[in-house]
Amino acid sequence: MGYFHSVHLEEDKCKGCTNCIKHCPTEAIRVREGKARIIQERCIDCGECIRICPNHAKIAVGDDLTALAAYSYRIALPAPAIISQFAGQADLEHILGALVAVGFDAVYEVALAAEIVARAIRRYLDDYRGKRPLISPACPAVVGLIQVRFPSLVEQILPLATPVDVAARLAREEAMEATGLPSQAIGTFFISPCPAKITAARQPQGGLPGPDRVIPLAAIYGDIRQRLATAVPYPSRAGAAGYGWGHSGGENASIGGRRLLEVDGIHHVIEVFTRIEAGDFEDIEYIEAQACPGGCVGGALMVHNPYLARLELRQLARGLPPRPANLPEAGASLVAAPVQPRPSLQLDTDLATAIEKMQRLEATQAMLPGLDCGSCGSPSCRALAEDIVREEAQDTDCVFVLRDRVRVLAEEVVELARKLPPSMAQPERRNRDETPGNS
Amino acid sequence: MSFPVRARDFLAGGDGAARIRQVLQQVGFPPAIIRRVAIAAYEAEMNIVIHSEGGELKAQITPGVITITARDTGPGIPDIDLAMQEGYSTAPREIQEMGFGAGMGLPNIRRCADELEIKSAPGQGTTVNIIIYNR
Repeated sequence: MGYFHSVHLEEDKCKGCTNCIKHCPTEAIRVREGKARIIQERCIDCGECIRICPNHAKIAVGDDLTALAAYSYRIALPAPAIISQFAGQADLEHILGALVAVGFDAVYEVALAAEIVARAIRRYLDDYRGKRPLISPACPAVVGLIQVRFPSLVEQILPLATPVDVAARLAREEAMEATGLPSQAIGTFFISPCPAKITAARQPQGGLPGPDRVIPLAAIYGDIRQRLATAVPYPSRAGAAGYGWGHSGGENASIGGRRLLEVDGIHHVIEVFTRIEAGDFEDIEYIEAQACPGGCVGGALMVHNPYLARLELRQLARGLPPRPANLPEAGASLVAAPVQPRPSLQLDTDLATAIEKMQRLEATQAMLPGLDCGSCGSPSCRALAEDIVREEAQDTDCVFVLRDRVRVLAEEVVELARKLPPSMAQPERRNRDETPGNS
Repeated sequence: MSFPVRARDFLAGGDGAARIRQVLQQVGFPPAIIRRVAIAAYEAEMNIVIHSEGGELKAQITPGVITITARDTGPGIPDIDLAMQEGYSTAPREIQEMGFGAGMGLPNIRRCADELEIKSAPGQGTTVNIIIYNR
């Protein structure tokens, strides 16, 4: 359907093992003809498959430094978590300076935009009287998860732009004013910890502007590291609260007060969302949900261990002012388009047909062994049953069903083999106890 | 669809309702209907866990009507009108301390259901029939 995804498969590296299908939170992967295939409508670019693939066959396609050539004025937008990858080796202003050294003209910290967003969230929560809890829009993999698996929660996503988009919009405005250049000469480059943010930038909700390009941290980690020692310091404008967004709990800390819940790791997020759909958690005002363990510091495109990265980020933030002295007013930059559901798990658009398919699905699942071994290329016996009903697989794809069929066939073959033509047939042996009849 | 429900099994309690919700979602019922069915089924399932000696949760799904049946063996309900009152509970104290048995189960089911029928007598177990129309 022309849906862009940053997560891709490098076919020659894929061995057709079933590690990725078992970990995909939306059951978006099947192994077919020895290779992992991504069902595009279901993929949310969370990067779980990138993390788990033992052969590193799953990659995130983003931009690299060659993309800088397309613009005459280039602004780096480092995600707050990016700093954690270099913390301990240099201070914040030298890390920002190293970004300039690799080819950018300016740096706009996403951490600064995060604080602007935090202030807007505080104001929003003050006036909000609708259905609770509201859910943070900051993690695009979580937003994707809601679109695909929890469509009824779409209306509970807080309708504000993400720090990345706000940073891109404000950075552009500032640069146009400072340089006098036209908008198209200015390029905004988000330095991303994760594939979901690459996808989100390529395919913004409602077509509203975000960063022009997204460079995965892993793609420029080496370039930045090389220049840390010699970089000219670049002034930081953000505070500790903004950089806190780089790890789980930081967003809530920057909002402050209230009953705020944080959850990280996509499978934990699924547990919490399942409860919210069931009507629980209504006494919670806001949920900071992040797909990666530890938050963005655990992003699939990050280099360092997430727990160490969180420690480094916290230590670095200790030297920063808690909040910047004067936070810019963002106004229209905070506008977000409403999120639409992407229900791709439905069996059929017609209710009666869907119910009939569901009955076949349940019956098919009952025939399968329930081992969820993944040998058929589907993540579980239930998923295989679903694929069979969707006519994308057959019951003999299951090795156990196949073995059973082979056994039945073998017995039939033996049976047939006993049947000799009448010309050769010997009289059948009778039970010895019986007296032989005439034959 | 039918799911066995064991008495006092708080870890598995709710699994049946969760499966029913999953199925309704995959079939494509409107979220508001799913929400009502899921809450009613969950409360009915938990009632079996808390009050009975075990039973089963059943779901019958057609495009227009969803029927949830919760049947158990156990003490039954001596006074159904009383049981329907908010806050009334016969749950033992240790269960109320776990955060269950606040006397909101049946009233919650009534709020979600289009039709509700409870058959019960002391010592005879309880059958709760919940009907929710898709309209």
